[in-house]
Amino acid sequence: MTLPAAPLKETEPTESNAPVSRRRRSATLWAGCSLTALIVLLALLSLVWLPFDTDDTSGGRLAGPGDGHLLGTDKLGRDLFTQLMTGARIAVQAGLGSVAVAALVGVTLGVLAAFAQGWLDDTLAAFLDILIAFPTLLLAMLVVAARSATLSSAILAIGLAQSAVVARLVRILVKRVLARDYVTAARTSGTSWPRTVAGHVLPNIWPTLVVNLALQFGLAVLAEAGLSYLGLGAPPPNASWGRMLQEAQATFTTAPAGALAPGILLVVLVVGVNLIADGLRDTLDPATRRRRT
Amino acid sequence: MSPRDTSFHTSGDTLLDVRGLTVRTDDGRVLVDDLSFTVASGERLGLIGESGSGKSLTTLALLGLLPDGMTATGSVELAGTQVVGAPEKRLTAVRGRDAAVVFQEPLTALDPLMRMGRQIAEPLARRTGLRGRELNSAVTEALVRVRLSEPDRIARAFPHEISGGQRQRVALAMALACDPGLLIADEPTTALDVSVQAEMLDLLDTLVREREMAVLFVSHDLAVVAKVTDRVLVLKDGRAVEEGPVLDVVTAPRAEYTRALVAGARKLESALDLRSPR
Ligand SMILES: Nc1ncnc2c1ncn2[C@@H]1O[C@H](COP(=O)(O)OP(=O)(O)OP(=O)(O)O)[C@@H](O)[C@H]1O
Ligand SMILES: [Mg+2]
Repeated sequence: MTLPAAPLKETEPTESNAPVSRRRRSATLWAGCSLTALIVLLALLSLVWLPFDTDDTSGGRLAGPGDGHLLGTDKLGRDLFTQLMTGARIAVQAGLGSVAVAALVGVTLGVLAAFAQGWLDDTLAAFLDILIAFPTLLLAMLVVAARSATLSSAILAIGLAQSAVVARLVRILVKRVLARDYVTAARTSGTSWPRTVAGHVLPNIWPTLVVNLALQFGLAVLAEAGLSYLGLGAPPPNASWGRMLQEAQATFTTAPAGALAPGILLVVLVVGVNLIADGLRDTLDPATRRRRT
Repeated sequence: MSPRDTSFHTSGDTLLDVRGLTVRTDDGRVLVDDLSFTVASGERLGLIGESGSGKSLTTLALLGLLPDGMTATGSVELAGTQVVGAPEKRLTAVRGRDAAVVFQEPLTALDPLMRMGRQIAEPLARRTGLRGRELNSAVTEALVRVRLSEPDRIARAFPHEISGGQRQRVALAMALACDPGLLIADEPTTALDVSVQAEMLDLLDTLVREREMAVLFVSHDLAVVAKVTDRVLVLKDGRAVEEGPVLDVVTAPRAEYTRALVAGARKLESALDLRSPR
């Protein structure tokens, strides 16, 4: 498995979209929510109940299903389903955490960059471009070296890498909104900059931003799996799906469940949030909401 | 007092004093060139000129809101505050209180994602300090005052859900909500059809007289300007070519350019007949 090398897309508002039927729109959103909810429920359940202890190795090595082990055990005799559940929790945490970091740092930087002028504007833009070109993996290794291989290190690294993408997007969006007449109109009536940003700028970039953040969530989950696969994620006994994949790799031909199960859940979660992003794009985009001009 | 006589107005306190206002782009183009004029409190001045003559930029410069890449020099004194080169904080205090703007294009001047009621409530709350239900009824009142017949529906509507004429009334209500000393109207009727245009002018005229508000009325249409102002300043390529009482300028234009403008003024005669008596 290769690390998803940050093909972090920027979403542009699709202004000339053919109108999507309301039903198809909500179908996409529903499908996405259902898939995502499945994983989120697993993650929540893992907080209060697990079939086995995470370090319970009493199951016999690479056993098939049975004896309380829903999906069998891994090569150390640990219950696979238990690991999948904690893996779900880690995936959701990684996604939420990274997106939170990316949103906080990215929006702040992006808004500042949009307001900056002259050399500061150029410097910030160049800084963001460099940060975007910087591989997530390398950044993660730096963060791990500076701290330690924990889930929060991974979240920090992924979140920081993504914040550059978010910041660049926010910078463009804010600049575009700032040039609009309604911002000038608000300013002429004596609205201060902070209030203008909070009241007019952020709400108007929100639809595009939230879709992008949903996409970033999916990418963050993949990135965390990649880091864990390389041993840079959450340490044992917290089973991340990425580490499960790595551990099951050697025994894939004899016991494929160990690799298939986390792989499938990973796909379910990522496809789920991408469908949500797609559905949100159609429902939130002011261009499709705004019919008459 | 005859409508021709503006001595009453010009003898009032000077609300806006513009001296040598010049707007330059960073690459050196001069878009507004050495413009000087005054507006006394309660006076109504028309700013007229063809498209691209710098009217909108002048209004923006008056409030220190020029687009990026442009700088103003000279002096703009609004209610005693120097606007040119003033720090943002002082400008924020002046805007709305001393001067508010109704923009040329009402659709783009309203936030597409904010209900009309909230857009009016914002300046209203800032000025009056009202909250909650009292604020809501003040908003409704503001909408009624600009003669909108369904104030409650319009307060809940988004800009794309109401007509162009209704939008422009909302924009006017927003500007009036600030209760400014000077109302700057940048071609507030250009985007409207002729019948709505007449209603809008009438409304603006009435409201402004009621409040004894000073007006800077921008237009390329001499007939429109003649209807709602006392004095007029003619702008060409960013430079003032003529200034004087509106009827003098209309009946005896001095500058070549104004003469052409007067000749071309659409239905000027009928517009002058419409001019409401004082
Ligand atoms: N943001 C800008 N950057 C560069 N030039 C500009 C900008 N805005 C306006 N201009 C130029 O400044 C000049 C005056 O523009 P302005 O908008 O003030 O015209 P106007 O008199 O209001 O015209 P109209 O009647 O069409 O509204 C025009 O030549 C225009 O091309
Ligand atoms: Mg204009």
